[in-house]
Order: sequence, then C-alpha cells, then structure tokens
Amino acid sequence: MSAAAAPAPSVLSAGLWRLAWTRLSRDATALVSAAIVLLYLVLMAASAAGFIAGDWSREAGVSYAPPAFQGPDAVSPEPSAIADTGPAAAPEDLGIPDPLAGALAEIRKELAGGSAAEAKAATLPFGGDKWGRDVLKKAIKGTETSMVVGLVAAALAVFLGTLFGAMAGYRGGGTDDFFNWLYSVFTAVPYLLLVLAIAAVLNQKGVLTVILILGLTGWTGTFRLVRAEYLRHKAREYVLAADAIGASHFQRMYRHILPNVSHVVLVQLSLHVVLFIKSEVILSFLGFGVGVETVSWGSMLNEAQNELLLGKWWQLAAATAAMAVLVTAFSLFTDALRDALDPRLK
Amino acid sequence: MTADATVPLVRVHNLGVDFRIDRDATLQAVKGVSFDIPPRGTVALVGESGSGKTVTALAMLGLLPRSNATVLPGSRIEYGGRNLLELTPGALRAVRGAEISMVFQEPMSSLNPVFTAGFQLAEVLEKHTGLTGRQARARALELIREVGIPEPAARIRAYPHELSGGQQQRIMIAMAIACEPRLLIADEPTTALDVTVEKQILRLIAELQARRHMAMLFITHDLALVAEIADHVVVMRDGEVREQGTVEQVFDAPRDDYTRALLACRPPLASRPWRLPVIDDFRGGAVPAPQPERPRGLRGDEEIVLEVRHLAKRFAFREGLFGKREFAAVKDLSFRLARGKTLGVVGESGSGKTTMALTLMRLSRASGGEVLFDGRDLLAVPEAAALPYKRRIQIVFQNPYASLNPRFTAGEILLEPLRIHGVGAGDAERAAIARKLLDEVGLPESAFFKYPHEFSGGQRQRIAVARCLTMKPDVLICDEAVSALDVSVQAQLLNLLQDLQDEYRMSYIFISHDLAVVRYMADEVMVMRAGEAVELAGADELYARPTHPYTRELLAAMPAGRRAAPGRSAG
Repeated sequence: MSAAAAPAPSVLSAGLWRLAWTRLSRDATALVSAAIVLLYLVLMAASAAGFIAGDWSREAGVSYAPPAFQGPDAVSPEPSAIADTGPAAAPEDLGIPDPLAGALAEIRKELAGGSAAEAKAATLPFGGDKWGRDVLKKAIKGTETSMVVGLVAAALAVFLGTLFGAMAGYRGGGTDDFFNWLYSVFTAVPYLLLVLAIAAVLNQKGVLTVILILGLTGWTGTFRLVRAEYLRHKAREYVLAADAIGASHFQRMYRHILPNVSHVVLVQLSLHVVLFIKSEVILSFLGFGVGVETVSWGSMLNEAQNELLLGKWWQLAAATAAMAVLVTAFSLFTDALRDALDPRLK
Repeated sequence: MTADATVPLVRVHNLGVDFRIDRDATLQAVKGVSFDIPPRGTVALVGESGSGKTVTALAMLGLLPRSNATVLPGSRIEYGGRNLLELTPGALRAVRGAEISMVFQEPMSSLNPVFTAGFQLAEVLEKHTGLTGRQARARALELIREVGIPEPAARIRAYPHELSGGQQQRIMIAMAIACEPRLLIADEPTTALDVTVEKQILRLIAELQARRHMAMLFITHDLALVAEIADHVVVMRDGEVREQGTVEQVFDAPRDDYTRALLACRPPLASRPWRLPVIDDFRGGAVPAPQPERPRGLRGDEEIVLEVRHLAKRFAFREGLFGKREFAAVKDLSFRLARGKTLGVVGESGSGKTTMALTLMRLSRASGGEVLFDGRDLLAVPEAAALPYKRRIQIVFQNPYASLNPRFTAGEILLEPLRIHGVGAGDAERAAIARKLLDEVGLPESAFFKYPHEFSGGQRQRIAVARCLTMKPDVLICDEAVSALDVSVQAQLLNLLQDLQDEYRMSYIFISHDLAVVRYMADEVMVMRAGEAVELAGADELYARPTHPYTRELLAAMPAGRRAAPGRSAG
C-alpha cells in the first residue's frame, strides 16, 4: 500500500512511440535529413517573423546582377549598352533632333545609378532578378511560402482523409458507400481539371487559395489507406474488448483505433508535404499559384523561364536547389519514419 | 549413445545458434544441443515456445535467416558422413527436399494460393526428380491418392482455398514425401488442425513412415502426441536439452524437474485435483503435495444467472447480382448457466462457439432468440440502456497478442472500464483498484506502467482477466482463453481462473477445443457442431457415457497421452 502511494515514474517503460524513436535515432540518413528539414523550418519561421528576407522585394542591385562569386559583369550593363548602341545607332540618325533626348539621358543616367538616391550593387550574393531583387532573399521568402503551403495543405488533406477514412471504415454500410462515391468522383476527374475548377470557383489568387485547392483535392490517398486500416482494426479483438467493457463508438474510433493507425497517418502527412510542395511549384509555374505580391519557388521558376534565354541562370538554380534539397531530405526522412514506425514493412 | 549398433542417420552434435536481435543484443536460441536420429526411427523434439526446437530443425535444413542468425563454431550436424553446416548452398539444396524434407505448421500459408495443389506438387517433382510435365502430373496424382485425399482426380485441380485445413496439410505432406526423403521433419504439423483431423494426419504420417522406411523428427509442444507417435524423446527448454531417452524412460521415470512438471501440469483425465501443479512446484526435485479432488457437476437446484433460449445467428452473403445466401452460424441454441458454475463448450473450428459467445454479449447482433439475465431479455434492451448490463457479462479472448490495445499501458487498460462505468470516486482511487487487481492476477506492481508488448502471452492473458474483473462481472466467457498458451502457463492460468471463481462466485462459459481442459474446468459440457448443440450433459456424465455419435468421435480423437504409453510398448 505504501508503495502504491508513490508510483515510480523512473520505471516508465518504452511505449511503441519511444521504440520507434529509438529506431529512428539510430538511422544516420534519418538524422541528417531531419536536420535539413529542421533547418528549413527555422528558415521558414525566421522569414515569417520578418527576421530575414523581410526586404526581399527591395530592388537592391542592378537588373540581373550576377552572383558575387561570378563577379560583376565586365562592363556595367547599362552604360555599355549605351556605348555599344550609340555608334551603331548613328547611321540611323537622320539628323532630326530627338525631343526626348534630354529626358532619355536623364533616365539613362538614373539607370546607370549615377543620380539614384542609393547606389545599386553591381553583384548580389546569389545574383539578382530583372528588377535587381536579391535572388537569395527571394529563395528564402519562397521557402516560407512553399513550406507553409506544403505543411498546411498536407495537414488539411490528411485531416480530411483520416476523418473520412475513419468514418467510412468504422461505420461501413451507407456511410462507407457515400464516402466511396465521393472518393470515386474526386479520383475520376483529371487532377489538373479539378484544380482549375476549384481555382475558378475560389476566383482569387493567393497562398490561402493554393492551400485550399491542394487540401480539398489531396485527401483521397489518405482516405483509401485509413479506411482499409479501420476495416482491419475494427474486427480486432482489442476493439471487441473495448465494446465489451462499454466503450462508445467515438471512443473506439478515436481513442482505441486511431493511435494504432497513426503511423499510417503520420507517414501520409510527411509524404503529402513533399507532394504539395512540388504541386505548389507546378501550380505557381502554371500561373494558378500565389500572386505577384509574394514569391514562391514556382513563381521564381516561372520568371526564370524567360531569363534563361538571356543566360541569367541563377534564379532557376536558386529555386531548384532550394526545392531539391528540401524535397530529397523530406522524402528520405519519410522513408526512415515509415521504417521506424512499421519495421515489418522493411 | 543408443544401444543399437546401427549408425544414426543424423547426428546433431553440440549445435549452437545465436540470433542477433539488436545492435548490442543477441539471443542464444540454441545452446549446445546434441541428439541422434536413428534410421527409420521417430524422434520427438518437445518444448514450449522459445525452447529452440524449430530453430534446431531449420538449422538442419540450412534455412536459418542469414541476416541475423549465426551457427556457433563447433556445431556439427552429420548426415551421410557430411557436416550439413559446412555444405555449399548448392549441395545443401540437393539434400534439402530430396533427402531431408519438412512439413510446416501452417499449411495455408505454406501453399501458394494462386496455383492449384496439383501444379505445386508437380513442380516439386519436376525440380527434384527430373520427371517431365506429364510424368510429374501422373506421379502427383498417385501421391495425392497416397495421402488419402478423396477424389484425387478432381482435387488435383483444386486451389488451396478449396481444400480443408486437413487436406491442405495432406498436400504439404505429399510434397514433403514426393522425393522419397530419408528424413521427414514435421514441425507442429497438426497444431492448426481440429482434433479429429489431427488424429487422421498422425495416422497418415505413421503409415507413410512405415511404408517408406523414413526417419522422422517430430516437433511438438504437446506431450500427449509424443506418446502416440515417437519412440525417442528430446525435451528442450530455453535452447537446452533437459532430458532425452526412450518414450518409456521419459514418460514413466522422468529424471528432470522440468519434464516432470510438463507431464504433470496438463489437466489429467482421470481426476480433478483442486489445483494443477505448476513448474515451480517441481523446482529442485520437489514433489508437490497431492491435491484434494475438486467436486464438479450440478445438483439441479442452483440459482440460474443466465438463460439462453433459441439463440440464432445467421450471416447473409451477397451472391451474384441479386442473389443472397444465408449461413446459419448458430441455430436454436438453449442452455442455462448456474451461479458460480462453469459451462464448458467444446466443438471444432467453425462450430459456432465464438459466434455464440459474441452474440449473447451483444458484440454481434443476434438473428433470433432470447438471453434472459436478471429477468430481462438482454437482446431486446435498447443500445442506450445496455451499459449497466454490459459490465456484468465479460469475455477473455483467445489471442493474448490481439486483445490488448498495444498503445495503452496495463494501467490504462484497467482504468478505462472503471472510468466508463464510474467505479471509484477519482482516478487515484481507480488506480488503487487497478493495482490491487494486478496483484490479484499475479502481476507485479511495475506492470502498471508497462505496455502489452513487454509482457509474455500468459501475462497478457492475466491483464485481460484483470480488465474483466474491474467490472465484477457475474458471467465471464473464456473464449479459448488458454489455448494459445504453453502448457505450463496454461496450468497457472487455469488455477487463477479457478481461484477467482471460488472467490467471486462468477459463472464461466468456458469455450475450448481442448477436451481435457474442459473436463477439468467444467461442471456441465455442451458439445457444438455446425451451430447446434448436439449434446449437453454434466461433465462426468458426458465424458463417461457420451450419447451422441459426434461426441464419441471427438472423445475417441483425444490424444490418449502418457497413460497409454506403457500399455502401447507392452502390447
């Protein structure tokens, strides 16, 4: 009795979560990729809080300022352009005095930075875009947008998928039929068409719209898996035992079964973050993504399309590298997570 | 060291196998095991789960998982002058199947579901004997006839799911003997089968062995079977050989404490000791004190707790577009349960025992009938008002690995019903109740914070029992509650159930396929077949004078066990 009064939490034993964590923490790949993902999360948070890249839209450098490691263009582009085109244009000079010559000279002077209020840098750490905005800062701001979209949309999609899957799998009968019908409708419509339709209905651009589009279309995969898991688990003896002791349907669905299928949900969440980050890029590239007032990797790639013709590769490189590293790290982490949570699958 | 002058067919010498579980943990699964298998002889390898008996057999065939199993240096398995452990994979493959073959426990998972039985049998023949397709098929037909499957010409085209469990195992045996091996290893070949089928399979194996002059290594946990089939016994525990000798030596004059305990802890057929002896009773050569006989049976004037009238359960299947087919799992079942008494329910798989239990508890909706409890028909109580009744009928399921939620600690498992039914004033009081119950079912205090996967099967079953006790039920249904447990653990749990019944005067519905266990536990026995009760009588009456032919068939199929052994050798 005296011993019962003082439970010893030091003998707290290893639950399945802790065992999974132990397995995960022994996996070097998992740890490295988790560290990278964490770094991105920190970047995202810092950017969202305005500590870094808050001034991404400031035109800090000259147009298409090359990256610092490449060095400034041999001649500053604008003056050289004048110098080059000046003599070339001469034969066409028909001797008519240009009425705008004075204003043009003024503009040229300003573009060259001569009379600008602030001097524009000739190079930027990772180059500049058409308006001379810092590509590195844009990439960081883009990270914020992409990660927010990926995380929130994945949370929404997986939440819906889990909720619908749990109801359909557990209740069966008419409920199951209804959700299966919904699932079939959503998967029968071609994906992009569905996205366009929802975009048309929402009729405004922005991060929230992208999240809604992805979240509302993306629940189907999770639904299918969670429904199957619930079908499997509801016939298990521990659920029967819960019924026998009088646990309600709600308790059985969410207190008993959900923790036992949560590894599926968690892996789905992780997978969908990666999937949606890529989807956001595609949507923004196609012009259905975030608006011009913000920046994402997709919109950077969209701009880079034209820049490549001019040989300005850095915006493309920055957005691609930022995305590739995150997506690779996140995918590796997801794989490791799945192995850790469900070692039988290995 | 057999007195026999003949050279043993297989000599296992000092076999040791380690399993790497973790980066820094290894399990010594087999520790220096030695025994011989004489030509044409039958050696039984007996032990409980984790004793290393299957690992020993797998080592003989070179089937140990390469990734984490290591055969220790100094181990030898001699066969035909060669050490099987040193053979190249190719040479070993030639031995395996052709000279040494194996029958596994689960026929269903050993057969490939997408090929017909005949095709799989012919494939084995083509691989090992070089017969061509037509010859192989003809030979397959012969083999199917030899293992006693009716209508072999039709059955050869059957897919595994179209065959019964017994027929599947016969196909597996046909595959194993297809290449006329000199040694057949049978790893629990009848454990997944019903008793009547078990009997037939054992007879088949014995016949084949005699006809083909094979030696056999028979692996089992069931000592009663050993006495029927083997002439030499090796008792293993924790990877070590505890005792070996002829059947007569081991059964009549066991020298080892563990062997004596194993022999004694199965419920006897002739008597009902008050408590069953357990392994601890034999520690250090002790002899347990003789137990008084426990009286069983009904006088007829007992208080009736539960009465079931015309209970029925039908499952409907959709067939084709509009067709419907009904399957009656339980038909017109009636019985009465007296307070503090036990109704044993026996029957083979598919006889409706479990469906009956789930239906009367309302875990599955009944198709008809009444369950009278406290003067009310439980089946007619609306769902919302059923809660107070639910706690009074509880159930312990068969599989201790599936019936506890793996994400809950033992403490949480016990607290949940207390919370649902509002027992105790607060969580502190409930925790105290839970701890007391854990103690009562024989678990240590520390169990409260542990998760199910940290317990053994027997301990998990104790937690399941404790979960039921939280609600102080009037009726406890034990659905094959001890069937998945090793015999020594089984005896402990049966003792626990008995003690609890004595203390709380609970009524038990004790469902089991094991006739010996039911005879020990039950006051009254109901025999079920195909959803019907074919016989219902007092326990002593039913076992002594079965009236229904099916009951007689069941009783005849019971392994006669050790008591028959001396007689058999004398005869």
